Amino acid sequence: MKPKHQRLILAIVALAGVAGAGVLGASALRDEAAYFRTPAEVAGGKATPGEAMRLGGMVAEGSIRHLADGVTIRFVATDGEASIPVEFTGIVPDLFAEKAGMVADGRMRADGVFAADRILAKHDERYMPPQMGEMPTDMKAATAG
Amino acid sequence: MHAYANPTRFLAIARPLTPWLLGLGLALLLVGAWAGLMLVPGDYKQGETARILYVHVPSAWLGMGGWTALAVAGLVQLVWRHPLAGIAARAIAVPGMLFTALCLATGSIWGKPTWGTWWEWDGRMTSMLVLLFLYAGFVALTMGDANENGGQRQGGMLSRGAAVYALVGAVNIPIINRSVVWWNSLHQGPSITLGGSSIDAALLWPLGLTLLGFSLLFGGIVLMRMRRIIADNRVAARLRRLADDDEGN
Repeated sequence: MKPKHQRLILAIVALAGVAGAGVLGASALRDEAAYFRTPAEVAGGKATPGEAMRLGGMVAEGSIRHLADGVTIRFVATDGEASIPVEFTGIVPDLFAEKAGMVADGRMRADGVFAADRILAKHDERYMPPQMGEMPTDMKAATAG
Repeated sequence: MHAYANPTRFLAIARPLTPWLLGLGLALLLVGAWAGLMLVPGDYKQGETARILYVHVPSAWLGMGGWTALAVAGLVQLVWRHPLAGIAARAIAVPGMLFTALCLATGSIWGKPTWGTWWEWDGRMTSMLVLLFLYAGFVALTMGDANENGGQRQGGMLSRGAAVYALVGAVNIPIINRSVVWWNSLHQGPSITLGGSSIDAALLWPLGLTLLGFSLLFGGIVLMRMRRIIADNRVAARLRRLADDDEGN
């Protein structure tokens, strides 16, 4: 075997080892590196009341309520499986809306309401012109084809 | 492949190619940027803010593509001892780092009006920041060994440590790519996949232009930097010869 081939095999073996270690590390981090927890995880007991955490989900349709003080809102965060009520006092980002994603910093209260200190808006991976955004989804598919 | 180990042959191609890459890249970039900023409509949800994607996406692509090329160069040097590999890796490092920084900066500027934050430690942002630090480490490693013996290492080759570092750092590239799939993240999932694009065609085409334009510019810059390293090596070699001659007399 030529030294060149030895080096090639050594490099491939080493690379495979390092890549394998990377994948193992990444999968071990699966839960730890998650940026937020979903309502289903919280409902499944993955959150202790009072512990600082982030809750991420969709704002349920028709769920945003403004309380009498004028600066506090209440809404329901959902992931389709479970729903968690959220309360927040302050200014939300422009993209915060019903049927859109959001991430809230805060903690679960003992009464099952998530008290948020801060709200971030999440947007999805779709980009399109404004007139198409108002079309029903099936028409979008038809025009895109 | 070893035909281009001879710098004269490499230069015969690189020299005329450089202005073409730079000129065509700049032209595509200007047309793409104009179309992206002026011609196409804003996004249905984010409005004008989404136009920054015409810079953000090519920057991310070149930051990650740059390190992939760096790792390939490291492998080629380790296995085949090709003399151009180290020169290419040195030439790629700084522009790659620059585009990674540009990606982080445009992402931050984009994040404030849409998400409501300049920076969050989510998987995508953190792994991209790690890439920036990897580049900085590589630049520091190769700057250090360029000072050995008062000049470039023989023919601009990388030290073995730097070549291995380039290979090991490549582990981060698939992690960046998959970070929004593996972990819950603030950053949205991939828009352009093998299955198609969730960026509507009306907004997508300027991205193709800026992507190609930035890539050609990147290629032109890398060729310029490779030519400079080769020229430096030749000057150093000539000075050494002169010094040896003086001693001989």
